[in-house]
Amino acid sequence: MAVVSTVLAPADVPVRRRTVAWLGGTAVALVGLVMISLLVGSKAIPVPTVVDALVDFDPTINDHLFVREERLPRTLLALLVGAGLGLAGTVMQAVARNPLADPGVLGINAGASLFVVMGITLFGVTALTGYVWFAFGGALVATVLVYGVGALGREGATPVKIALSGAAANAAFVSLTTTVLLSDTDAFEQFRLWQVGSLSGRHLDVLTQVLPFLGAGIVLALASGRLLNTLTLGDDIARGLGQNTAVARIVAGVTVVLLCGAATAAAGPIGFVGLAVPPVARMVAGPDHRVVLPCALLFAPVLVLAADILGRVIAWPAEVQVGIVTAVLGGPVFIALVRRRGRRQ
Amino acid sequence: MSALAVVRRVRRRARLVSVLLAALAAGVFLLALSVGTATVSLPDVLSTLAGQGSSDTNYIVLDRRLPRALTGLLVGAAFGLSGAILQSLLGNPLASPDVIGISAGAGAAAVTGIVAFGLGGPGVAAAALVGALATAALMYLLAWRDGVTGYRLVLVGIGLAAILLSVISYFMTRSQVTSAQDALVWLTGSLNDSGWDKLVPLAVALVLLLPAVAAAARALDLMGFGDDTASGLGLAVPRARLGLLLCAVALAGTATATAGPIAFVALLSAPIGRRLARDGGPALLPSTLVGAVIVVAADFAAQHTPGLPRVPVGVLTGAIGAPYLLILLARMNRGGHGG
Repeated sequence: MAVVSTVLAPADVPVRRRTVAWLGGTAVALVGLVMISLLVGSKAIPVPTVVDALVDFDPTINDHLFVREERLPRTLLALLVGAGLGLAGTVMQAVARNPLADPGVLGINAGASLFVVMGITLFGVTALTGYVWFAFGGALVATVLVYGVGALGREGATPVKIALSGAAANAAFVSLTTTVLLSDTDAFEQFRLWQVGSLSGRHLDVLTQVLPFLGAGIVLALASGRLLNTLTLGDDIARGLGQNTAVARIVAGVTVVLLCGAATAAAGPIGFVGLAVPPVARMVAGPDHRVVLPCALLFAPVLVLAADILGRVIAWPAEVQVGIVTAVLGGPVFIALVRRRGRRQ
Repeated sequence: MSALAVVRRVRRRARLVSVLLAALAAGVFLLALSVGTATVSLPDVLSTLAGQGSSDTNYIVLDRRLPRALTGLLVGAAFGLSGAILQSLLGNPLASPDVIGISAGAGAAAVTGIVAFGLGGPGVAAAALVGALATAALMYLLAWRDGVTGYRLVLVGIGLAAILLSVISYFMTRSQVTSAQDALVWLTGSLNDSGWDKLVPLAVALVLLLPAVAAAARALDLMGFGDDTASGLGLAVPRARLGLLLCAVALAGTATATAGPIAFVALLSAPIGRRLARDGGPALLPSTLVGAVIVVAADFAAQHTPGLPRVPVGVLTGAIGAPYLLILLARMNRGGHGG
């Protein structure tokens, strides 16, 4: 392990200073966004009332209740879901050694979606808190399937095998989901709104339901920087360094199930975050996952929260779902960053 | 065994796989012509195809079933080939028109047409083709920085795909549930309104594109050794890459315009084709044939599975292709050929 840390330690100080500057700037932006998120919404509430609701809560005042029970949980959920998706994407891209790997492409979201659809059609589930367990079950089944097929054989789970079994699992899940939806208009009506990814109407109950899983997943992800560093060196080198690659991948798999399952359960399958945040984090932080993971932890919530706020404002008083705005807001930024990197190299 | 003998054996295997796949495609194709509400026996199908059918079999086979089966065959082949080109061009087993935004571009244009302008048939097809080509052009321009690398093209592609998918989602959540369901059928991919009028443009496009791909196939082989080696061997890499990319996009775009972005055919065909051929190359011909088999077989299953409502073909392409790829991966992994 010592060898790895010397190999992968950011050698030049300027890179480090730049990373710290990025992290600081992002943290400040995040605090600003949290404030805006509490102040802005379909209901116009004056600033002093919002402040009062937070510091001097009076349950008899409607606006206070609204801030406490709608905006605060929603804002916290945006932060957590963002962090979860960003970290899950980073872990998956490192394990699959592929910039296209993310919970969407590798079938985890599709597994969660399939189970939610089955919950709607077979068990008549309508409540958001009821979706959670189905989403979790689906994410778990998908991860086990993708990893199980990818890991068969002597050489274990190679990145190419994981990528292919993920793509195949995704195709199978989506096919089954569509079959159900096409034959059941009511389920389609319910599902199409969930499927886009939204944070509206999420109250404290959803937050407390997913918090333990997201919390555990985030801690696990942040602690796995070293493991991911060894895995990205390739299996042979990792094994040579004494790393048990199968154990490392299982740890990563558990992390992904916790993060994706909980994030998807809370907000629906939001696609773009897990795909786009990791490359940006790697551009800023370099190859060391002990730095990349904290970057992703801060960048992703900025994207999700900003998108959620924008979604509340652009069609006011109606709302556009966060899953739609994320890509419209983040896509151009992402492309611009990819282009900038191209010029520098 | 000498190296030459090994090479010969590998080539023989790849050729044999192609022949078997072609036979399989022909078999499924004939089955689709023969079975239905009124079953026409196989000899009758053959004699009808040869121009000696009765007026009944002429109507059933030539007018009703042939356009649909041919469309399935050609669309599947186009998707399979397009995916095989993109995956080896971009060096990524997850690359396909679905993932890098080509299908999303076609889809966004088509859904906008269906939901916002109430377009049908030819209008949707034209919108989809324009959407696919425009997305590809934009992707190439945005990825251009003193040249284009596969990695940058992929990243720009997923950025564009995400934005375009948002456009689709926006219309899907904002529209009436019935027109959203129409759009879902289109987005899944369907052969329901195949006819000679839609088949002819597709066939013309393939007649133009297939020779172009065949001519560029050697360049693709060379680029498999890496850009530097390929240039060293005298290949004009940027031009070859642009040409191959154009072919792949045109194939996917025309196929999408004809039948919608039939899900997962492009993504699944190439890995299956490569694993069957096992010659280490891009396996263009096997992948093309696998695509054709998947689409015709899935459409047949979609129409004739007892107990299942008649679903669009795209619903079952994933269900038919994906388990097969999973089994193939599992089997070959055990033999140590999976990676």
